Amino acid sequence: MTAVVETPIPQPFSQAFESAEPTTKQLVIINWSGELDKMWPTLIMSSAAAASGYKTSVFITFWGLLPFVKNQRRVVGENWMQKMLTLMQRPGIDHLKLTKMNFMGMGPWMIGKLSKQYNVATPAELLEACQALGVEFIPCQMTMEMFGLKREDMIDGLGDPAGAATVIELMTQPNTASLFI
Amino acid sequence: MATATRLDARGMKCPMPIVKTAQAIKDVSRGDLLEVFATDPGAVADFGAWSRSTGHELVASSVEDGVYHFVLRRK
Repeated sequence: MTAVVETPIPQPFSQAFESAEPTTKQLVIINWSGELDKMWPTLIMSSAAAASGYKTSVFITFWGLLPFVKNQRRVVGENWMQKMLTLMQRPGIDHLKLTKMNFMGMGPWMIGKLSKQYNVATPAELLEACQALGVEFIPCQMTMEMFGLKREDMIDGLGDPAGAATVIELMTQPNTASLFI
Repeated sequence: MATATRLDARGMKCPMPIVKTAQAIKDVSRGDLLEVFATDPGAVADFGAWSRSTGHELVASSVEDGVYHFVLRRK
């Protein structure tokens, strides 16, 4: 003979479930590349998510840091190699290149012309919208050091630099969509 | 009685109509209406999704001469 014993959920547990806040929906983007064709979707998705009430975090790392350097900074870094890197990929949100079909700037120029003709928001306008809507841009501490970037090289309003474990924690929250762009 | 605020998003492309709507609805009192005018055909699907994501009710939507008209109620 077997007896089924029903174990009631201990009181504090059931209370905890009932009083739990509805989980916030989240979008996490790892923004790894700094090119126009990557920055555009990053900024469109993050501004749309923040506008739709999602908690939105963008981890900016490797070449993805460079668009968040102030536009007027031409060469950044401490040693010659870091300086060379920014000579090869000009920093700043207004100086983005394409990964493919760049053709010495012809590609971005034509896309820029078309986007203006069709009234598509520029990366700079989208970045401004993201910041107004509270998108958190988290610079990667490790790559900031590797590129020789200092906080004063970067635009205002960025979050505190962090590392991979911070991003993993964000990405594994419930109701979270994560993108690597 | 509910009062309506108007937002002109004509000519704007994705994602700007919902970005501007999200900013405009902050200045609307709870239960009041926000009317949005847009010309981006993508806005039809996007305003439905935006309403479901945010919980602000999409009270009405219509189109006339290529201009979409959305009425939203702040939750």
